[in-house]
Amino acid sequence: MRVIALVGQPNSGKSTLFNALTGYRAVASNFPGTTVELLRGKALVGGRPVEVVDLPGTYSLLAGDRAEELSRDFLISGEVDVVVNVVDASLLSRSLELTLELSELGLPMVVCLNMMDEAEHKGIKIDAEKLSDLLGVPVAETVAARGIGLAKLLSLIPQARPARPPRYSADVERALAQLSEVVAPIAKATGLPPRYVVIRLLAGDPPPGTSGQPELSQAVEEAREKIASARGEDPALVLSAERHAAAVSLFEQVAEVGHAQVGWRERADDILMHPLLGYPIMVLVLFGLFWAVFKVGGILEGLLLPPLEELSQGLGALLGQGLFSQVVVGAFQGLWAGVAIVLPYLVPFLFLLALLEDVGYLPRVGYLMDALMHRIGLHGKSVIPFLLGYGCSVPAVLATRILEDERDRLVTAALAVMVPCAGRAIVVFGLVGRYVGPLAAFGLYVLNLVVIALSGWLLARLLPGTGPGLIMEIPPYRRPNLRTLLGKVWLRLKDFVVVAWPLLIGTSALFALLQALGWSPALNNGLRFLTWPLGLPKEAGVPLVFGILRKELSLVMLTQAFGTADLSSVLSQGQMVVFTGFVLFYMPCLATLAALGRELGPRRAGLVLLGTTGVALLIGLFLRGISALA
Amino acid sequence: MGRGSLVREAFPVIIRLIMNFDFEPLPLPSLPPGRTGQVVRIQGGRGLTLRLARLGIRPGARIRLISASPFSGPLLVEVDGVRVALGRGVTRRILVRPLP
Ligand SMILES: Nc1nc2c(ncn2[C@@H]2O[C@H](COP(=O)(O)OP(=O)(O)OP(=O)(O)O)[C@@H](O)[C@H]2O)c(=O)[nH]1
Ligand SMILES: [Mg+2]
Repeated sequence: MRVIALVGQPNSGKSTLFNALTGYRAVASNFPGTTVELLRGKALVGGRPVEVVDLPGTYSLLAGDRAEELSRDFLISGEVDVVVNVVDASLLSRSLELTLELSELGLPMVVCLNMMDEAEHKGIKIDAEKLSDLLGVPVAETVAARGIGLAKLLSLIPQARPARPPRYSADVERALAQLSEVVAPIAKATGLPPRYVVIRLLAGDPPPGTSGQPELSQAVEEAREKIASARGEDPALVLSAERHAAAVSLFEQVAEVGHAQVGWRERADDILMHPLLGYPIMVLVLFGLFWAVFKVGGILEGLLLPPLEELSQGLGALLGQGLFSQVVVGAFQGLWAGVAIVLPYLVPFLFLLALLEDVGYLPRVGYLMDALMHRIGLHGKSVIPFLLGYGCSVPAVLATRILEDERDRLVTAALAVMVPCAGRAIVVFGLVGRYVGPLAAFGLYVLNLVVIALSGWLLARLLPGTGPGLIMEIPPYRRPNLRTLLGKVWLRLKDFVVVAWPLLIGTSALFALLQALGWSPALNNGLRFLTWPLGLPKEAGVPLVFGILRKELSLVMLTQAFGTADLSSVLSQGQMVVFTGFVLFYMPCLATLAALGRELGPRRAGLVLLGTTGVALLIGLFLRGISALA
Repeated sequence: MGRGSLVREAFPVIIRLIMNFDFEPLPLPSLPPGRTGQVVRIQGGRGLTLRLARLGIRPGARIRLISASPFSGPLLVEVDGVRVALGRGVTRRILVRPLP
């Protein structure tokens, strides 16, 4: 099957296009660096099935972070048959720099001028036909978010051809030609176009398969030296500047810039990113988000929980006593807990998070928080993994790939897993929020922030070093679209429905079995080392351990362990706070641990595990002390 | 003192004065918010220079300072119609010439 790669600068609409072509499977959001993994899907081109691959956005093929590296390595892996270069037409001049770089790969290509609506808004008129002539590849115009122009794009894919690569100044071309002679046999072995290999060597970014050749590296050094001394700049910068000049000249030949419209989207930053007003507004927005989730979730839960109780009691009565009956009722409780306890908070939260993402507020929070993040040795970009962490820790850990610095990646990942994900939010809302009060729930969130900040401060002392600082594109505000919002909510909810829910049902049944067989007291006694110092009843032991599978399980199991949905009859308010505080911090769930292991390596993941559990114990003891005083 | 030597000695001084007034590049944070400057050079290594160049911040580019956040926070700038957030440390390495 032919493989079509969607390649382009960050936030140009690749994932949106991917979804339109293959069905809704990729998360698309209005901030650069949404996609950090390869995602494969199937589509029909000219009646024939093809594989479409969505790549992380990349500004240039000279990769700057892990996500970009992934894209570049995939492009040169030999797997790609056709490149669809997705271009943000409203940023045509800058985007053409990547287009020119891609042309050096020699792969058949189609240029997709996406965001034509945005270009029009900015008063940019593009002569697509002329661009097609100059580049030597088909050019399609699309508005991926509204599905406009897709049929045309698909019809052009069979006509994809290698684009005309740019010519550089005489001295650069001379250096490239000289190197070519030495490189020719090696380039052949790598399977890459010789010109591309030579350009990368000259840029000081040797492609795989070209290292460890003393003769070659000496020739490369000489050529680089020559350019550097003649131009007074690193050859990589010389190449980049020349590509920039070529892109500007292309742009001037094909585009006309008229009058831009100025509306709320251009003016909103005057207030939202105001040096003073920006901060209180940010606090209000984030606080408002949690308040709304709490309110809506509480109402839905109140509606759904009582019928659950009745039903499971009715079911128990119907089936009578006995092992089988107990296991069935247990499984049923797991099923209903998903509906009545988890979904009421999860759905509104995911919806509001998607709204913030699509409007484009996330990178603005990164900007506003930059100065604060410097206090813990990070910069504003780390805010994006943190914010995503409120949804789920796994994408948060993966999102650290957009950070340029390895140390920043490690620190951000370690801290991001402490951010209470939606699963933990359910414990906070469903236990502390419901029985102790909204203020206590809010207090736990504040405590969480303080602990993260302190841990960050500590890590900054343990792992000194400063990254390069914040450099982040701030995309324009965009009007969110209800359909894509709901699509995204569903996409993230699916993870709960297909992974967590079966787990919930299975473990509920298993737990009922343990209880029916009379084994759970023994297990609980074994876990006394955990529950005793925290001042929790021993029945809380097994639920705490189940939380390692999925954090929300620990709450659901709690209702089962005590055999009642009214937990206030078995736990004091202080115990609820301690239990929840411990669940907030102790070791990340299995899926998160796996992600940490993949991103940071097993040793560092192990350290994070130990560290967070240590913090959780301290917090649990601290909260126990506080609630004893109160 | 002859006229010749006056010209010979005073001219460079005058030139340097003008240069100092108009052409001495400033670090970006010294630009008043709302003003536009032209990037003269990036004082940094290859990594930083490349990362800025990818976003269009390179010698010759026109860069407008939109706002500066307090407590040595980042700057919000606009280059080629794109908004970019830059940490304060990064911006000190971008030298610009204010444009009228
Ligand atoms: N106005 C407009 N918005 C679009 C269009 N295509 C995509 N968008 C929006 O642009 C934003 C970015 O889209 P994505 O598909 O996530 O972009 P991407 O290229 O995958 O971004 P990265 O994964 O970060 O590289 C989203 O908010 C989309 O809804 C378009 O044609 N017009
Ligand atoms: Mg994407």
